[in-house]
Amino acid sequence: MTTAGLERRGLQELRGPLAFVEGVAGIAFHDGVDLVGSDGQVRPGRVLSTNERGAVIEVFGVTDGVALEQSRIRFHGRPLRFGVGPELLGRVFDGLGRPRDGLPPPSTVELRPIEGSPINPCRREYPRDFLETGISAIDALNSVVLGQKIPIFTESGLAHDDLAMQIIRQARAPGVEKFAIVFAALGLPRETADRYLEDFRASGSRGRLIAFLNLAGDPTSERLITPRCALTAAEYLAFDAGYHVLVVLHDITNYGEALREISAARGEVPSRKGYPGYLYSDLASLFERAGRITGRPGSLTQIPIVTLPSGDLSHPIPDLTGYVTEGQIVLDPEIARRGAYPPVAVLSSLSRLMSDGIGAGRTRDDHPDVAKQLYAAVARVERARGLASIIGEDELTETERTYLRFGERFERELLAQQTNETRSIGDTLDIAWRVLAELPRSELTRVRSALLDQHRGAS
Amino acid sequence: MTAPAGRITEISGWTVRARTEQALSLREMTLVGEERLIGEVVALDHRDAVVQVYEETAGIAPGDPIFATGEPLSIELGPGLLGGIFDGVQRPLSALAQTEGDFMARGSRVPPLDRDRLWDFQPQIAAGAEVVPGTILGRVAETQALLHPIAVPAGVSGRVLTIAGAGPRKIMDPIAEIDGGREVRVLTMLQRWRARVPRPFGARIPSDAPLITGQRVLDTFFPLARGGTAAMPGGFGTGKTITQHQLCRWAEADVIIFVGCGERGNEITELVRKLPQLADPRTKRMLAERSILIANTSNMPVSAREASLFTGITIGEYYRDLGYHVLLLADSISRWAEALREISGRLGEMPAEEGYPPYLSSALASFYERAGCVTTLSGSKGSLTVITAISPPAGDLTEPVTRHAQRFVRTFWTLDRQLAAARVFPAISTRASYSEVGEAIVRWWQSNVSERWPELRREAMAFLEEAARCEETARLVGIDSLPEREQFILHLADAFQEGFLQQNAYDEIDSYCAPARQVDLLQRFLQARDEGVQRIDAGEAPNIDFAALQRMKSETAEDRS
Repeated sequence: MTTAGLERRGLQELRGPLAFVEGVAGIAFHDGVDLVGSDGQVRPGRVLSTNERGAVIEVFGVTDGVALEQSRIRFHGRPLRFGVGPELLGRVFDGLGRPRDGLPPPSTVELRPIEGSPINPCRREYPRDFLETGISAIDALNSVVLGQKIPIFTESGLAHDDLAMQIIRQARAPGVEKFAIVFAALGLPRETADRYLEDFRASGSRGRLIAFLNLAGDPTSERLITPRCALTAAEYLAFDAGYHVLVVLHDITNYGEALREISAARGEVPSRKGYPGYLYSDLASLFERAGRITGRPGSLTQIPIVTLPSGDLSHPIPDLTGYVTEGQIVLDPEIARRGAYPPVAVLSSLSRLMSDGIGAGRTRDDHPDVAKQLYAAVARVERARGLASIIGEDELTETERTYLRFGERFERELLAQQTNETRSIGDTLDIAWRVLAELPRSELTRVRSALLDQHRGAS
Repeated sequence: MTAPAGRITEISGWTVRARTEQALSLREMTLVGEERLIGEVVALDHRDAVVQVYEETAGIAPGDPIFATGEPLSIELGPGLLGGIFDGVQRPLSALAQTEGDFMARGSRVPPLDRDRLWDFQPQIAAGAEVVPGTILGRVAETQALLHPIAVPAGVSGRVLTIAGAGPRKIMDPIAEIDGGREVRVLTMLQRWRARVPRPFGARIPSDAPLITGQRVLDTFFPLARGGTAAMPGGFGTGKTITQHQLCRWAEADVIIFVGCGERGNEITELVRKLPQLADPRTKRMLAERSILIANTSNMPVSAREASLFTGITIGEYYRDLGYHVLLLADSISRWAEALREISGRLGEMPAEEGYPPYLSSALASFYERAGCVTTLSGSKGSLTVITAISPPAGDLTEPVTRHAQRFVRTFWTLDRQLAAARVFPAISTRASYSEVGEAIVRWWQSNVSERWPELRREAMAFLEEAARCEETARLVGIDSLPEREQFILHLADAFQEGFLQQNAYDEIDSYCAPARQVDLLQRFLQARDEGVQRIDAGEAPNIDFAALQRMKSETAEDRS
């Protein structure tokens, strides 16, 4: 029995984003619906639970101004879908996937369920092709590979927008032409979103980009749909059209709060800090759509942005994000205060897929050793700084003072760069060698001697 | 096609309620909807049945049929498990990829074990013999690495009427007829067992050996008994994955079962691609020939994630019952507990702490308690060792899952974020980990490796404790202000961390460290400490070559001589 096209006039109950409808039978779980309000406006929704008498509908949109009697529910008879096709590139959509750029809807090749399907773990291809962001702090020390998911953990007031825009402008995969970006704004302030759009326009990224905008003022419940539309579009580009796609979801914290708000409205038992018990699984249903599939040319990489609520890394949203994603890039207010951009905290950042994606034939043969040496040296810098703050710099040993000097040069020359400066991985590694020259050769224990001979001689 | 057993009346998430026309039993396997999704009856109420569905339920509607199977949801056991990759309810993922494509499809019925594959059956018993559960009827070489005895299943005994001769047999081919007096049972190589019920064995016996992992910090300081249980809590980025991969690769077990329970897809892929290609250090054969993967990634159905742990342990018990030493690794028990919480919430049960159901603890116990050493029904010895990763929220070890797990495990390996940030792997904290080292483990080390093992271990622990105290002082006053002895201890502790505790998984030699070598390295460090302290007490410089001590772990036998 199909319920496609079935319409029901009148609601039994309306509580925030939840609508209760009775007297309809055979409504399938998770089917899409349209709520046509008494005000004539159409809001999409989804069946949250269903029984013989009726269904509970989750409405994506504001239900203010909707009356019970005159409203209608139109049942799709199938899950919510989003139309995909090559014409999506260059377009801007709203949080529900409707054109927001004043142009007519793009022609699409297929309507796809926005929830997607899990990739069979046996069909996944292990990601190991380097994605170059042109940013030294990422490329050298937290190298990202195509098909990885790695968030940026940031705090309010840090330059994560500059960093995200720079990544969007510069990201490329060496030797790859079909590269696309999908940007999803989740509860961003209008001004911030406008900055992104302006940057896309000015930099000429528009043609290779699809944007989905759910702004801070837009309905919270819409926010649960936005990333799913974006990922459905991205999956089409990656796995059907053969693009290497980078998806930027900004900001996951807003998404998590929307989930909490809706969960509370549903009357569910909360777990930590009021977030629903399924926060992990829900986040995983987004992040796990990254990857590569054996035998298909494209890839789907995700760089979600997570604003740490009051800088707290142990908050449920960053914590559970960190458990799903393959590493994290952490921005540090202290480095930002010292004036360095991008303020990437080297030691707390990590790319779990890095080791298989770098080295000879991928980036450069000296990359793994240089990266290991830089981590070790920065750890020593941190220790020396900690000690200096307690006993004073004068009391430090000569080696420790050398590390302090190295630390300064590292931050000034390698970590810091201009927002419009693209550094190839080769340039980045050359700078790294220059900075490492500050340390005596005996301290460079993580680098093979053959490489030391080659590069210490040269620089 | 059979008539439906009932019609669905309500759907919410993975929980489906149905009004039944015929009697279903609790834990009966039911097929839901026209697509026949796998489900299990979890509650009965008059004529209503509550069914937990192990596949995505979108699109299922009230009025859709459910079908009875008359059998409890159970696991298929027999030759062909090794090298397999299954989801949480034992659907074979590689076979599904062939029939359904790159994405997971619903309702696809491919049996877990290949029905067409031929196994070279060798009978070991003759017609006329009396058999009981566990009697070995014959065997097949499941892989080059492992002989698979075909045993009489539980509940069957009597006289062998016929037994198949040597030759190729399919898993469903009859291999024996057993006259049990009242009825004659036809046996095949395939057995079924309910995942949530422990399999029977002869008797529990105490563990008589450690499970050697070749990882120094584990074997020397926090050993795990064969047949024991361990929990490994660690926040994200503390190197849980790499440590588990090392355990898969090096632990002295005949069969390795890895349950990826709500974890990352790419990580499973890494295991799928890499592990099978790693050679087993002992048999020089590929690890795939003695390992089984249960992969229910974080975005696959939560209900199947909950089931995956029991699927894994049932297969583990099966190989234990064939007389093997089995190691099961589960990653992670936290994701499993979250699945339990989510299902409990859907069933409208009263939550206890942090939303987890009140039976979290007993559910954990029903899993951990299935580990152990046993004499099998046929009288041989087998063991099942369980290592579980825990992903505590915010690295908080006082949260419910960690706390409850601690009650059932005797070995606790805490991963330390600071060590991980300094890229010291395995990042096992020597201060926050513990292991109840039983007599049997001490005896094993003493009779197999070194009489002095317990004393060396104690001394090394004391040395680490002293170093930790010095470190605290140094943090306040700077290392240069410490007395010479303390400075020396600190330098030696650094060398010990680098040269003993830290172990490089990517270094061919260092990746695995044999027990004798562990003792040897430990002795050298302790000797260096004694010599250094003696010289300092005599007013001399300690004169210890720290760099040489650190290098020892990656030196081959030739380098050392």
